[in-house]
Amino acid sequence: MNKTWLIIKHEFLTMVKRKGFIIMTLAIPVVALLGLLAAQIVPNLVNDTAPTTEKIGYVDYAGAFPAGITEGKVSVVHYATEADAKAALLDEEIAAYLVIPTDYIATGWLQRYTLKNEIEISGVGQTAIRDFLLGNLLQGNTPEVIARAKNPMNIITTTLTSTGDVAEQQGGISAMILAYIFAILLMMSIFSSSGYLLQGLGEEKENRVMEILLSSVSSAQLLIGKVIGLGAGGLLQIVVWMVSAGVMLKLALDNFSDVIGVLNVTPEFLVLGVIYFILGYLLVAVLMAGAGAIAPTAREGQQMSVLFTLPVILPIYFMALIMEHPENIVVQILTFIPITSPMTIMMRLGLSEITSWEIAVSIVLIALSIVGCFILAKKLFRTYLLMYGKRPDLRQILQSFRKA
Amino acid sequence: MNAAHTVKVNSILKAYGNRAVVNDLSFEVAPGEIFGLIGPNGAGKTTTIRMMMDIIKPDSGEIYILGEKLHETAKNKIGYLPEERGLYKKLSVLESIVYFASLKGVDRNTALPRAKALLKRVDMLSHRNKKIEELSRGMGQIIQVIVTIIHDPQLIILDEPTASLDPVNAQLLKDIMLDLRRQGKTVIMSTHRMNEIEEMCDRILMINRGRNVLYGDIPSIKAKYRNNSVLVEYDGELGQIEGVQSSRQVNHALELTLADGVTPQMVLTRLVQRGVSLRRFELSTPSLNEIFIKVAGNENE
Repeated sequence: MNKTWLIIKHEFLTMVKRKGFIIMTLAIPVVALLGLLAAQIVPNLVNDTAPTTEKIGYVDYAGAFPAGITEGKVSVVHYATEADAKAALLDEEIAAYLVIPTDYIATGWLQRYTLKNEIEISGVGQTAIRDFLLGNLLQGNTPEVIARAKNPMNIITTTLTSTGDVAEQQGGISAMILAYIFAILLMMSIFSSSGYLLQGLGEEKENRVMEILLSSVSSAQLLIGKVIGLGAGGLLQIVVWMVSAGVMLKLALDNFSDVIGVLNVTPEFLVLGVIYFILGYLLVAVLMAGAGAIAPTAREGQQMSVLFTLPVILPIYFMALIMEHPENIVVQILTFIPITSPMTIMMRLGLSEITSWEIAVSIVLIALSIVGCFILAKKLFRTYLLMYGKRPDLRQILQSFRKA
Repeated sequence: MNAAHTVKVNSILKAYGNRAVVNDLSFEVAPGEIFGLIGPNGAGKTTTIRMMMDIIKPDSGEIYILGEKLHETAKNKIGYLPEERGLYKKLSVLESIVYFASLKGVDRNTALPRAKALLKRVDMLSHRNKKIEELSRGMGQIIQVIVTIIHDPQLIILDEPTASLDPVNAQLLKDIMLDLRRQGKTVIMSTHRMNEIEEMCDRILMINRGRNVLYGDIPSIKAKYRNNSVLVEYDGELGQIEGVQSSRQVNHALELTLADGVTPQMVLTRLVQRGVSLRRFELSTPSLNEIFIKVAGNENE
């Protein structure tokens, strides 16, 4: 049997049997599911325990607010004097009272008194107060106008392409959620499998298994076997996550369709997702393998790997920019730097337009840098895998690139 | 296998930076012998072995293993026990052996019965399903030896094999090595325990600072370093003896260094004629240890 295949199989099985891997793979969908359940149950709980009605008093010095209001479970009621309102508050007849000063129309200032320590006024309370004020301010208008003034804009946006047709990607919150979730999952599985690669290399160095392996297989076979075996594990993980995400999105859509709208996951999105997972993983894994070869222990390797993991997640920090200004020069640069490219492209696919030539160029660039890094990592493997206990300096590393 | 030499190393050189770790080294190892590779720490033994295993490449020179130039599949015919060794801690004994055997091109069905037979040979069959981390250090070392020979290699290279073994396990390992020689395998061992070399090896190569300083079979090396002297133990007075250049006390005996052209036989005759009562009279051959210290010491001056 081919030795590379044997290493692939061994690494894959070792990875998927690790407790950490199993927990991580299952925990993400379980936590997401719990989150969904909580999102469904919690509002119901709050509604059930809320008092049947909440009363808010007001004292009107401006003389423009004759009518109280009852809206849902909140009513706003009039008190003649501040002393009456205060007494009612202390008797807990009302939850709070407002004092509307004489210069309210000019300043907009309202004074509110309450017994509770609170972060902010509850949403329903706020809406009731606003509607009470609006209703009185707009006295004399028809109820339709007043209702419209309370809710003046329901915007429906349609994105057009340059030819004037309705664009396929309509953006919006659904696309954002999808792109965001996908980018995070991509990042997590790239990190978890390349992390195992680094950890495995470190352990084999610390265990001194390395020399036995190298007396049986070549350093290239070992490198390829490890990268592919662990990558397959990572792919398995992301497939589990995506399948469960699909199921859960369907659940979520049934419950929150008004918030999320229509999610549409196109086949291209999925295919490109898998392609960028593979490319992104291979690049990070090969870089990590190089770091693993140099670092004497798993822990030091982990520290060195930050050099690669930071750039990978960099696009997340530019998410707003990527979303709103895809033509920005920073976004363009992030699209084409091989290490930031997978995340940037996945976000741009969901959020903003991206041309197929940009995708093609980025794929070619990543592929080329994988090959380049593989050649360098192989040299580092050969030179440093068996040097225990000392880390070479930069000059020595560069020298070994030329020599090995 | 019909090569005249199991290993033929042709003036290999390996340098790290400006320092030559192995410098113009050549030697041959014949089929069926136990060959000792000796030298002080840092002499280049492990580097030489790693080049023979194709783990690192020499800067120049060639290495032939079993009559062929070194290449990837040759690794399947070699068993290698590195100086720094280890196994996967979480894997069971049997699974470890089978996995490493598979990396040497031996399939599971062939490896399993062999692994069981070898475990039985070292009396560890009952531990076969334990994880490596549950074994004692010495047991782990023995499993490592089994991993080294599971694929029935023609050539076995052992780097400091007894370094961390207790006397019982060290003897077990020596017995296994002698078994292997009996089966016609070639064994190369590196060590700096001279008593083991004298006990086990047919021929040796001693290197110091990457160079060949002694090479050949042990009796001829000893003969070369014999300095025409005898050891005597006696009662009474010895006095001045013709043909003896100098004398010095060595433990309980006196070492007499003989002048050129004087044979031990002549000195013995003179001692007997003089009526000295001898308890011991023998040719003083230096131990490998003395040769080792002498050669390594000279080189370092």
